[in-house]
Amino acid sequence: MNKFAKYQDQAVPAGLMSRRGFLIGAAGTGFTLAFAGAGLVLADPATAVAQHAFEPTIWYHIDQDGIVTVNIIRAEMGQHVGTALARIVADELEVKWESVRLDYVDTDPKWGLMVTGGSWSVWQSFPYLSQAGAAGRIALIEEGAKLLRVGKDACVARDGMITAGHKSISYGDIVRKGNLTRSYSADQLKAMPLKKPADRRLIGVPTKAIDIPGKTNGTARYGLDAEVAGMVYARPKLPPTRNGCSVTSIDDSAAKGVKGYIKSVALDDPSGTVPGWVVVYADSFTAANHAADKVKVVWATGEAAKVSEKDILDHGAKLIDDPKGGSLVVADEGVEQAFAAAKTTLERSYTTSTVLHFQLEPVNALAFEKDGIWEIHTGNQWQSLILPTLAKALGVGEDKVVLRTYLLGGGFGRRLNGDYSVPAALASKAIGKPVKLVFTRPDDVHFDSPRSASVQRLRMAFGEGGKVLGMEHHATAGWPTQVMIPVFMPKGKNGEPYDPFSISGADHWYTVGAHRVRAISNDLANNTFRPGWLRSVGPGWTNWALESFMDEAAHAAGIDPVAFRLGLLDAQGKNAGTAPNATGGAARMAHVLKRAAEKAGWGGTLPQDTGIGVATTFGQERDMPTWCACVARVKVDRATGVVKLEKLTLVVDAGTLVHPDGALAQTEGAALWGVSMALHEGTEFVNGQVKDSNLNTYTPLRMRDVPELDIEFVQSTEVPVGLGEPGTTVVGPAIGNAIFAAVGARLRHIPIRPADVLLALKGEPAKGV
Amino acid sequence: MTTFNLNGRPLTIDAADDTPLLWVIRDLAGMKGTKFGCGIGMCGACTVHLNGRAVRSCITPLAAVADASIITIEGLDPQGQHPLQKAWIETQTPQCGYCQSGQIMQAATLIKDYPNPTDADIDAVMNGNLCRCMAYVRIRKAIKLAAAEMQGAAAHE
Repeated sequence: MNKFAKYQDQAVPAGLMSRRGFLIGAAGTGFTLAFAGAGLVLADPATAVAQHAFEPTIWYHIDQDGIVTVNIIRAEMGQHVGTALARIVADELEVKWESVRLDYVDTDPKWGLMVTGGSWSVWQSFPYLSQAGAAGRIALIEEGAKLLRVGKDACVARDGMITAGHKSISYGDIVRKGNLTRSYSADQLKAMPLKKPADRRLIGVPTKAIDIPGKTNGTARYGLDAEVAGMVYARPKLPPTRNGCSVTSIDDSAAKGVKGYIKSVALDDPSGTVPGWVVVYADSFTAANHAADKVKVVWATGEAAKVSEKDILDHGAKLIDDPKGGSLVVADEGVEQAFAAAKTTLERSYTTSTVLHFQLEPVNALAFEKDGIWEIHTGNQWQSLILPTLAKALGVGEDKVVLRTYLLGGGFGRRLNGDYSVPAALASKAIGKPVKLVFTRPDDVHFDSPRSASVQRLRMAFGEGGKVLGMEHHATAGWPTQVMIPVFMPKGKNGEPYDPFSISGADHWYTVGAHRVRAISNDLANNTFRPGWLRSVGPGWTNWALESFMDEAAHAAGIDPVAFRLGLLDAQGKNAGTAPNATGGAARMAHVLKRAAEKAGWGGTLPQDTGIGVATTFGQERDMPTWCACVARVKVDRATGVVKLEKLTLVVDAGTLVHPDGALAQTEGAALWGVSMALHEGTEFVNGQVKDSNLNTYTPLRMRDVPELDIEFVQSTEVPVGLGEPGTTVVGPAIGNAIFAAVGARLRHIPIRPADVLLALKGEPAKGV
Repeated sequence: MTTFNLNGRPLTIDAADDTPLLWVIRDLAGMKGTKFGCGIGMCGACTVHLNGRAVRSCITPLAAVADASIITIEGLDPQGQHPLQKAWIETQTPQCGYCQSGQIMQAATLIKDYPNPTDADIDAVMNGNLCRCMAYVRIRKAIKLAAAEMQGAAAHE
C-alpha cells in the first residue's frame, strides 16, 4: 500500500491518520465512530454523522444492545480478513468477541481506496483500526463514568462493560442513556493510548473465523449466486486473442434452434476492455451456453495471434542483452569496477512459464440499471480500479455505478482486475435488462490475465575467499501495472518508470557490495495478452531466480548455502532495517534461516538421491518485509526425472500475528501454491492464446501430492506484516536447490518437469517451454 | 418433465433432458450451495449425492436422475451439523470456501465406504476435488476428525 501512497494521490486509509480527526456521533439507534476531514472535527459531530455532512470513513457502529458492527472494505477471499480486522478494533474497544458483527460494504467514495491485495490488509489497517478502537474505548469510559457517578480513572473497560469497583454498566446501556458525541483532532487521535501487547485479549489469541460456518452448509454467497428478478443470462463469445480483434460477422442461424436463445450482440465498448466481444443471451445459462457454442463469429485478428511462448521468452532475452533498456531500481556506484576487479564471476539465466490464476469460481457478474444507478454484483478485489472503467464503458459518471459485495470464490489477484464486470454491464445496457454474465471455465481461462512468463539474468563478482564484491539482477516480464494502471509506476534511478510489483524481491536484504537491479517491461507480452497480478506477483519469479542463484553462487564460492547466505545477511548499512516496519532488518532474516535449517536437520545425512535445499524471502516489499525461510526435502527418481517433494519446513517472522490460525492457513496455502507453480502447473502461449483451458490439461496440485508441512512462526510483537503471499515465493527455489543437492541437476526454469530433470541430469539446460 | 427427489422433497422440472443437474439445482431449484467450477467433472465443486453416491452434477444430465434421490450440501444434515461439517469448522478448513460443498459431499461418501480412512484412502477418493486455496492439509485432518467422531458414536450405540 505504501507504494500507492507514494506514487499517486488517491485517498488511502492509512494516510487518513495524518490529516484527519475522529468523530463519534449518534446515528440511528446507536453511535457511529468515524474518521473525518480535519476541518470538520470541530464542527458538531452528532449532526455531521447524522447528516453524513462530512467526507466520512466510518469504521464501526455500536447499537443499544452493545452489538458492534465493523465495516469491512476488504474482499473476503479465503484469508478471513474480516475476522482479523474486526479483532483489531474489538481488542482496543474492549468488547466481547461474541458481540462483534461484520459488514462487508459495497463501494462508496467514503471508503477511500478499496483494494485487497499485496498482502497489505492487516499491515495497513492495524494502526488506524487500533486508534479507532481506542477512541471508542476512551469515550465509553468517560461516558460510563458519568453514568456511574464515579471518576473516569476509577473505570475499567472490559468485555463490553465499564466497571468501577462493584458498579458497572454495559456498552449498550451507555449508548442508550449517555451521550457519546465526541470529536478528536488528528493529534489527539495519534496520542490515543493504545494497549500494550501484553494486555491484548483478542489479537494473537486463537479464534475461529466468522466467515467459515457459512462455507460448510451452502449458505455462503458468492458472485455467481447473485440473482435479480427479470434477469436474462449471457455467455461471452471470446475473440481469439485478448488484444487487437474485431468482429467481422456473426452467424447465429444454428443457435436459433436452441430453446430459450434470445440473440447475439457484438459489444460496443468505449472503455476498450473487451474488443471484439460478442455476448449470447438466453433465458437460462444452459441455453446461453449451448447457443454460444453454435454461434459462428468471424474475427479480424491482429499481431497477437502470431505470438507464442518462445517468442515472448526470446524477446525477453533480447531486451536484457541491450544494456540501455529498462529502469534501474537499485543503482549502487561501482558495479563495473567490482566486476572488473573480480577474481571470478558467475552469470546465470532463469525463466518462468506463464501461469493461470484458475480461481475456482469462474469470473462472472450480474449487472443492471435501477433508478439511474448501475449495480454490478460480483466478487472483486480492487473496486477503485474498475469503477472508472465501468463508468467509461457505460458512459455515465462514477457516482452512477456501485459494486455490490460478495464472497470471492478465490482471488489470487485475478479479481484485482475487474475487467469481467465490463462485458456484463455492456450486455445489460445493450439489451435493456438485468444480465447475468457467466463465463465457462475455458472462457474464464482465455480471458485470464495470467502471470507473464519471465526471463532473468543474474551476475555476481567474487573476490578473495568467495567474498561477494558486486551483483546484478536483470528481470523482464509483462507488466500488469503498466497495462492496467500506469500512474502507479514510480521512476527508477535513471528516470525510467517501472512496475514495482514486477521487480520487487530483487532488491533483497543480502549485503553484496555494489548492487544493480534493472527492470524491463516485455512489450511483446504486454501487447499479446493482459499480464496480471498473480499471488506474490514479481517475487514469484524474482525470488525463483535470486534464491536459485544464491545457491549456485554458494557452490561456486565453495561455501555451504546456509553459511553463504548468513554471511551476506550482516544487517549492515541499508540492510540494517528501520522502524517500525523493518525493525531488525536482515538480522531477522538470518534468524529464520538459522531456525529453519536447524529444524530441517541441515547438514545431516540423507538417503540416496534425496536432498534438502534452502531459500529465503522477505515477502512482497522491502517496506513491508515478512521474513521467511524454507527448507525443502525431495527425492528424485533418476530414471524418470520425477521429483517427489517429501517435506517443507518454513519459519516465518511476520511480526504480530493478529489471527494466528488464519496466519497459519495463509502460509499453508501460500506454500502449496509455491509447490504447485514449481512442479505441477504452468502453461504457454500458442498463437496468442494460452494452450490449456481446463483441468483436463492444466494440473494444479491435488491432495495426493501434498508434502508434509512444518510451519513455525517467530513469536513477536513487531508490526504485523503480510502473509498471503510470502510462502509462495520461497518454495520454488528451495525445491530447485534440493534437486541439485539430491542428484546434482540444476534447474533454471519453473515449472520443473521430469523431462527437464532428465536433461539437467545429463548436464544439458532445460528447454524451458 | 422430470421428477426426482431433492433433499427429501419431490420436484418436477420442465427442462431439456440434457440440462446438467448442476444448473437445475442452482437456477431452477434455487439452491446455490452446489458450485460450478470446471464443467467437465474434474474439479468436484459440483459434487452431490445421487442415490447415496457422489456424482459430479455438472456432467449429470437431468434425464439421468429421474425418480432418483439427490442430496446437496443443504440436505446433508437438517441443521448443518453433520460430523464432517462440524469437523470442517473445528479444523477451520475453508479458505475461500468455494470448493468446500463439493469436498464435504465427496468426503461424506468416503467415510461411509471407509469408516476409518487411511491417508491412501483419502488420497484416492479426494484427489478429484480441487482446492485452489490449497487447504488440503486441513481437509485431510477434518476427514479424520469426523471419521473418529462417527466411529466413537457408533461404538456407543
